[in-house]
Amino acid sequence: MEASQSEFLTAKARQLRDDVIQTIGTFGVGHIGGSLSVIDALTVVYYSKAKNLDPKNPRKQDRDRIIMSKGHAGPAMYAVLADLGYFPKEWLGTLNKNGTNLPSHCDMRKTPGIDMTAGSLGQGLSVGVGMALAAKLDKNPATVYCFIGDGEAQEGQIWEASMLAGSRKLDNLIVFLDYNKMQLDGRVCDINDLEPVADKWTSFGFFVQDIDGHDLDAISTAIDNAKKSGKANMIILNTVKGKGASFAESAANCHSMTITEQMWRKETGRYDA
Amino acid sequence: MTTDDREIRQTLAKALTELADKDDRIVVLDADLMSCHATKCFKEAHPDRFFNVGIAEQNMIGVAAGMATMGKIPFAYSFAPFATRRCYDQIFISVAYSGLNVKIVGSEPGVAAEANGGTHMPFEDMAIMRAIPKMVCFEPTDATMMEKALPQIVNHPSAVYVRMFRKKAAKIYDETLDFKLGKAIELKDGKDVTLMASGIMVERALQAADILAEQGISAAVVNVHTWKPIDVEAVKKAAAATGAIVTCENHNVYGGLGSAVAEVVVRECPVPMQTVGINDEFGQVGKNAYLSEVYHITANDIVAAAQKTISMKK
Repeated sequence: MEASQSEFLTAKARQLRDDVIQTIGTFGVGHIGGSLSVIDALTVVYYSKAKNLDPKNPRKQDRDRIIMSKGHAGPAMYAVLADLGYFPKEWLGTLNKNGTNLPSHCDMRKTPGIDMTAGSLGQGLSVGVGMALAAKLDKNPATVYCFIGDGEAQEGQIWEASMLAGSRKLDNLIVFLDYNKMQLDGRVCDINDLEPVADKWTSFGFFVQDIDGHDLDAISTAIDNAKKSGKANMIILNTVKGKGASFAESAANCHSMTITEQMWRKETGRYDA
Repeated sequence: MTTDDREIRQTLAKALTELADKDDRIVVLDADLMSCHATKCFKEAHPDRFFNVGIAEQNMIGVAAGMATMGKIPFAYSFAPFATRRCYDQIFISVAYSGLNVKIVGSEPGVAAEANGGTHMPFEDMAIMRAIPKMVCFEPTDATMMEKALPQIVNHPSAVYVRMFRKKAAKIYDETLDFKLGKAIELKDGKDVTLMASGIMVERALQAADILAEQGISAAVVNVHTWKPIDVEAVKKAAAATGAIVTCENHNVYGGLGSAVAEVVVRECPVPMQTVGINDEFGQVGKNAYLSEVYHITANDIVAAAQKTISMKK
C-alpha cells in the first residue's frame, strides 16, 4: 500500500472508531467490543477494495457484497455507511431509538447499504455462499466479503456453509473471522475453543491467512492474495475486542457495555458534537 | 374418484423446468433428496441452475436467501419436516424477516410419510410456517392444481411454502380448473354443514359428503388449499350458508387448517365447528390407510364430526 493510502486509511479508521463510540455512547449502551475489533478490516474493504459501490444506488447489480454476519456489529457498519453517504450522518444519533433505521443488528430492509440482515448468528455465511454461487452463475464480477465472529463460529451452520464454499472452490468469497477471542460470557477458549482454527478452515478447502486484524497493510495484502488464491478464502483477523476505546479494552468483557456521555466525549475528544 | 395419472412431484419438476426455460431467475436447491423429488429433469435441462448442497438444510435455506438477494427465485426442496422444522430460524430470519423471495417445497406431508415414520412425519409444518409473518402456506390437492399454481407461486413477490404430497393423489381437477392462490374452491354445494378440506383430505371430504347424503344430510365441500392467507370470504360464506363447519386436515389441529378457519369463525361469523385432524400426537410408521384410522382422519371420522357439529346448531 502506498504511504498516502496508508495514512488515509489510518485516519479514516480512527474517525470511524470515534463515530462508533459516539453512536453507541449517544444511545448509552451497545455492542462496542465487536464493533471496534472489526472496524479496521471494514475500513480497508470499504475504502480501498470493494468495487462498484454507489451510495446513491445501494442495490447496484455488479457491486461487491458485504455481509456483517456477526450482526451485532451493526454500529460499525452504520459508521461506515453514513460516512460514505448512504444516509445522513444524523441518523447515527438515532441508533436503537424508537422508529430508527439503525437497529442493533443489521437489517437490509431498514438500512441503505446493508446487503444482508443478520443477528441470529451463523446465518450470514450461508447467504454469502449463495451470493457467490449466484454471482458465478451470472458471470457477475462481484466479490462477496463476509465477516463472522469467533463466538459465531460455534454455530454448526458456519461449518455447513464452509464445507460447501470449500468444496465448490468459491474464489469470489472472502470470509473474515474477527478473532478477538472473547464472546458474551467470557473467553472463547474457555467456553468452546476454536483452535486449531486455521487448520479447521484449511481442512475445509479454504485458502487461510492468519494476520494482525489491526494492521491495515496486512489486511490489504491479505485481500489481494485472496483474490488470486483460486479457493474460498478465510482471513483470520487476530483482533482485540474494544480496540481503540480505552474503557472497552480495559473492561473484563466489553461485548456490550454501558457508555456514558462523559466516557464517549473523553475517548473521542468530541466536546462540541 | 380416480387416482391421478400424474405424480405431483413430477408435475412440479416438469413445470418448473419449462418455466425455467423462459425465466432464468428460477433455480432449484435440494439437500440430497433430488431423487425423491424427481427434479432430475430440471438438473438435466439446467445443470448450472441446480444445486444439491448435501444434507445441510439450514445452509440450503441460507444459500437460497443469498441467491434471492441476487435476483434469483430459488425453490428449496426437502422432506417437509426438514424443509421447515429443521431450518425454521433460517427461514424466519434469513428469508422472511429479510424480505427475500424463496420458495420452500416440503414433501410427504403428515401420514403420507408412511414407512419413514415419526421422525419424517410432519403434523406441524403448516402451523409453524403459518406463524411466520407474510408466509404464504399452500397445499396442492392434485397434479393439475400444482401445475396451475406454479406460475402464481413464481410470480408471488415473497416467500411461499408448498406442502407437497409427492405421489399420485386422487384426481379432483381437470384442465378447466380456475385456480387462484388464496381463493378456496367450492367443490360441492350443501345446506347443512360445510366440510373445508385440504390435500389428501379433499377426497375424504367428498366421500363423507356422499355418506352424509345417504343420511339425508346435505354437506357442502370446499377445498381450502391455501391456509395462509386464509380465504376469509369463503369461511364467512360457509358459515352463512350452512351454519356449521368441519375442517379436515392431514396435520395437527393445533395451529393448522382448523385453527386458521376457527380464527375467522370466532372473529367474523361464530357457528358450531369441529376440527378433523391429528390430535396432538407424534407420527409413526404405517400405511396411509392404517395411520388414517389410528389418527381418526378418515371419511367416517369426518361424517361423525359433521353430525356432531350439526347437533350443536341452536
